[in-house]
Amino acid sequence: MSLELKGVCKEFGDFKVRDVNLAVGEGEYFVVLGPTGAGKTLLLELIAGFHRPDEGRIYIDGSDVTDEPPEKRRVGYVPQSYTLFPHMTVEENIGFGLKVRGVKKEERQKLVERLMDSMGISKLRGRLPMTLRGGERQRVAIARALAVNPRLLLLDEPLSALDPRTKEPIRRELRRVHEAFGVTVIHVTHDQLEALMLADRIGIMNDGRLVQVGEPREVFLNPKDEFVARFVGFENLFEGEVEAVEGGLARVRVGDLVIEAVGGGLGACLVGIRPEDVTVSLKPLSSSARNSFRGRVVEVEDMGALISLSVDVGIPFRALVTKRSFTDMGLRVGSEVYLTFKASSVRLIRAK
Amino acid sequence: MWLRERSPFVIASALLGALILLFLILPVADSIFTSAGGLYEALMSEGVRRSITTSFYAAFITTLIALILGVPLAFILSRYEFPGKRLIDSVIDIPILIPHNAAGIALLMLLGPRSPMGSLFSGVGISFTDTLFGVVAAMLFVSSPFMIRSAEEAFKSIDPSLEKVARSLGASSFQTFAHILLPLSLRGILTGCLLTWARAVSEFGAVVILAYNPKTAPVYLYDVFVSEGLKSSAPINGLLIILALAVFVGLKFLAAKPTKPVY
Repeated sequence: MSLELKGVCKEFGDFKVRDVNLAVGEGEYFVVLGPTGAGKTLLLELIAGFHRPDEGRIYIDGSDVTDEPPEKRRVGYVPQSYTLFPHMTVEENIGFGLKVRGVKKEERQKLVERLMDSMGISKLRGRLPMTLRGGERQRVAIARALAVNPRLLLLDEPLSALDPRTKEPIRRELRRVHEAFGVTVIHVTHDQLEALMLADRIGIMNDGRLVQVGEPREVFLNPKDEFVARFVGFENLFEGEVEAVEGGLARVRVGDLVIEAVGGGLGACLVGIRPEDVTVSLKPLSSSARNSFRGRVVEVEDMGALISLSVDVGIPFRALVTKRSFTDMGLRVGSEVYLTFKASSVRLIRAK
Repeated sequence: MWLRERSPFVIASALLGALILLFLILPVADSIFTSAGGLYEALMSEGVRRSITTSFYAAFITTLIALILGVPLAFILSRYEFPGKRLIDSVIDIPILIPHNAAGIALLMLLGPRSPMGSLFSGVGISFTDTLFGVVAAMLFVSSPFMIRSAEEAFKSIDPSLEKVARSLGASSFQTFAHILLPLSLRGILTGCLLTWARAVSEFGAVVILAYNPKTAPVYLYDVFVSEGLKSSAPINGLLIILALAVFVGLKFLAAKPTKPVY
């Protein structure tokens, strides 16, 4: 169901939430993306009702819940480490919310049964949490939260504690649960990929503020400020000055270089280019790309499937190449290379 | 695990440790062995039996009161921050810091027949001098910190996220306490009961000043020692040590269920 935050502020220890305004629609999958310490968990805990905001109001389905205790909010909460009740079996964990709400045993069992079935954990019913694997624990934690038919499901870094192989099935499970139960989800993470794959909309959080909210594509393509740009992967970020605009193309001076970009508006700005949009070659490319610079490789970093190059073209530039082309080109520190990228790959971010 | 490392430091540590262990064991073992012949006779003595009953019973009541009053305080201390908390922490440590006969005198001044509080209580028929109430009051003063600290430690070791989840699932703060906190801290609270009982049953200094009668076992032992000498008191001494050890080990065994791992 729908959630609305109006001017919510809270200071709690080292963490802050500052003037957060947000409306999440019914059935939406909303991901809050931000670095560690941005206040994401505190934001979730405010929505769940574990803290009272210093300022601002919180509405669920249009009614003001700011002063309601957590047990009255019907908000499912899955904390970062799942925290299953260690002294209860899987079945008891899932049934706990129904039990404290006074649901009769037979009805409870029926509901728990259906949930375990739906999450594929029926076989685990009698097990204690400590005997479960990470992915199994996560399924139990989600089932436990869903058991009370919550109006909202809050997930705090639901995939970060899982090993890479378990991440994928649980990520798919989250999508499936969201669709099958039609529940509104607020999912907090620091992982861009997670946000891209799951979110209907995302909100980037920094230092307690929601700095940009929008559809993933929009946020990843058009970051609003330097922080968001850096966070969503614009590793090449320079201060520049638009000197001329002609036919939709801007000529931007960055140090000694002139970079062509799509866009307009004279004056100071930030210039952002993703390393994966930069082509590396040994000879100048004859392509339609408007920007091509010669430089020297100063650093080589192996990232597994890809290799990250740092190239000095007058300014330090990052570019990605596949391992294959790295070997084919015989690249090493000191190699002379050409960096080429399209004008449309360049983002101009206006200084405020 | 057998000590594998044979460095001089480890060997020296083990030797020094053995010395203090020896010092702890020898007096106890000596008491038990030298009194072995007179144990049965001591056990048959009316005074000995009555004093032991008084001690065990009073210590049990003390533990019960400490449990009912101490666990809620431990819960508050483990979960909330508030002004004056450090002061409360110091207050809880007072009984451990001051000499126990000083505690007895302090209690006597507060609860004695001529004190305002004493006369208040005597109005409802409760007197603390030379009554079981007095024994329990003295025991409670010196032993309740053990209950509070044990329970507090137990509560602190529980991940607060568990309570958050429980609340979000619809449990009230009391339901959360009853279904989550209490079961998970049961061992710690049991340990607290054990320590409280043990401390209470062995208390002499505070008890002897506030309530010489009804005689608890330590007071009775002191009485016999002063009036009849070392020889007469030795068998009673041995008996008390054996009994205390037996009860303590027995309870500990009961409480020592296999550790339930958390998470």
